Amino acid sequence: MAEVRYQEASRIYPGTEEPAVNQLNLDIGDGELLVLVGPSGSGKSTALRMLAGLETVNMGSIWINEVDVTLKPPQDRDIAMVFQNYALYPSMTVGDNMGFALKQQKVPKAERAERVAEAARILDLTEYLDRKPKNLSGGQRQRVAMGRAIVRQPQVFLMDEPLSNLDAKLRVQTRTELADLQARLGVTTVYVTHDQVEAMTMGHRVAVLNFGVLQQVDAPKTLYAAPANKFVAGFIGSPAMNLFDAENVDGKPGIAGVAVPINDAVAAALKGQSLDKVSVGVRPEHLTLGTAGIEGEVTVVEELGSESFVHVRTDHRGEATNIVVRDRGETQTARGDRVKIDFDGPLHVFGEDGQRVTA
Amino acid sequence: MAIFTRAPKAEPILGQNRAVAMVLGVLTWIIGLLFFFPLFWLVVNGFKEESVASSSPTLNFDPTLDRFSEVTEDSGGLLSFTEAFGNSFWIVLISTVLVMVLAIPAAYALAIRPMRKWRDILFFFISTKFLPIVGIIMPIWIIARDLDLLGTRTVLVVLYTAMNLPLAVWMLRSFFAEVPKELIEASQIDGCSLLGQIRQVILPIVAPGVAATALLCVIFAWNEFFFAIQLNPTGASTIPVWVNSQQKFQGQFLAGLSAASVLATLPVVLAGWVAQKRMIRGLAMGAIK
Ligand SMILES: Nc1ncnc2c1ncn2[C@@H]1O[C@H](COP(=O)(O)OP(=O)(O)OP(=O)(O)O)[C@@H](O)[C@H]1O
Ligand SMILES: [Mg+2]
Repeated sequence: MAEVRYQEASRIYPGTEEPAVNQLNLDIGDGELLVLVGPSGSGKSTALRMLAGLETVNMGSIWINEVDVTLKPPQDRDIAMVFQNYALYPSMTVGDNMGFALKQQKVPKAERAERVAEAARILDLTEYLDRKPKNLSGGQRQRVAMGRAIVRQPQVFLMDEPLSNLDAKLRVQTRTELADLQARLGVTTVYVTHDQVEAMTMGHRVAVLNFGVLQQVDAPKTLYAAPANKFVAGFIGSPAMNLFDAENVDGKPGIAGVAVPINDAVAAALKGQSLDKVSVGVRPEHLTLGTAGIEGEVTVVEELGSESFVHVRTDHRGEATNIVVRDRGETQTARGDRVKIDFDGPLHVFGEDGQRVTA
Repeated sequence: MAIFTRAPKAEPILGQNRAVAMVLGVLTWIIGLLFFFPLFWLVVNGFKEESVASSSPTLNFDPTLDRFSEVTEDSGGLLSFTEAFGNSFWIVLISTVLVMVLAIPAAYALAIRPMRKWRDILFFFISTKFLPIVGIIMPIWIIARDLDLLGTRTVLVVLYTAMNLPLAVWMLRSFFAEVPKELIEASQIDGCSLLGQIRQVILPIVAPGVAATALLCVIFAWNEFFFAIQLNPTGASTIPVWVNSQQKFQGQFLAGLSAASVLATLPVVLAGWVAQKRMIRGLAMGAIK
């Protein structure tokens, strides 16, 4: 149905120096659910609004289905958007809200009613069609906003943090329903969130933005297993990856006086780089409490039932540094215990420039 | 059970002192009566005979409706009540409609698609109200004369439109600015035309504000006297001019003038009373939620 392409697209808000979105290149496949994720102010909403036609594209272009839509107004792009606050028309009933776009397209009344009823059935809203939005719960409003989008059968769905006004439990439930609905309808979707868990669980691919610059776009698994740079490594994953500026231990990068095990290819790639400026990362599940390795003292044990996260204070480069280790209940530790941390899994090494050193 | 728990007593203003509260209450009544009294006396006088109204003030009299029928009688050639009422009605109606038709797009532009220096533009609008009208009446009079508009309803329609427009733009802009930006964006994405957007999305939300604005325009136009007496003192003039004409050069006229004043005040008081709720809601713009 629809492919979307950002081509060197930039947005510079009037009166600002730095672009809010900086030369974005992104190809989104037909039927794909692409998630834009990044910290607050990273330009996610701006990128989405550029695609919607709500924000001027200052440089570059945006394409939908091989048609350059850069200069087209929103109504000519055949897109539907779900806003964070839902933006339901307060004076119209749920049914009128959902049918509003069809009415603008002069779709005959009977067909309109049919399509609204169909969408209402999918979203379980049939009994609320005559209500005003203010008489609905937050979750119902969210569904109406979704309904308004799917009634149109647009080329592309755009969603800007559509779940962030729901409570935690409903958010998790709605997130799966939404992913399922998107898969069933097969409509290309761009989904903005600042929540990396949401991004990882929903996205076919995830695009990570920081300061308006695209850091990496990949499948969630790849993003997690092979972050392209330090920023992505620190941003994706919860609890976050242990990420340190390395120190030189006998010509190898190390943490707290212990050299990390790197293979020859990585070692070769690091040749000529100052090891103090190289970074090393390791996820909590790739560390174990053992008999050899980095020495430290347990400060906190976060018990989650199936697993626990042990926070260990070590001395790294002359400073007290926290390392998080996942423990599956194999060892019993408590605050104050002296432990040793061993490597047990992949390591991530980033060169002086912050980019991943590929082995 | 919760039903039986009493609501906590409201704390009297200015601490717990009941005496203070009572003094304040009495003071409020005195001030209220002080404000209300002239109006009250006006109404009372309207029901008196001329001789009673002109002699020492009294509440002991036989009320009569004669003054009301006298002043509304057709006075032959002069501006009659019915004519003045008709003139006022049409002038107020047309000028208010014109004001709204012009002010709504202006307010939309200023609130929702602000151009550069929109604050200066807004200030320019309101600054036209700073001029003392008496200082500019002469050029207006000359222009009206040269356009052959003296003594017409048209000149008052034009002037009242101009007079109320800045206020209406100013008020409507602040109401429009309260409409969530996402609603407008959603309507754009839904394929709404500009007019459709104003009519179907914005106006239903700001309706109380629009009503309040229109009501103020109606009241101001209804009450306007200076332009009317300067540019149109004759048969095509309005209610305030008619009231003024009830002053006689000889004989007693206090009761008649009072009756006329009551008649002139009535529509505005009624409109204000009927619209009170909406108006306050509109002015406070609690309507947007
Ligand atoms: N209308 C505007 N005028 C000027 N600067 C803006 C405007 N809107 C956004 N910005 C700036 O552009 C940058 C990106 O904003 P954007 O809203 O796209 O961030 P975001 O990633 O969606 O953040 P959040 O998660 O907080 O919603 C921010 O630095 C922001 O301050
Ligand atoms: Mg945002």
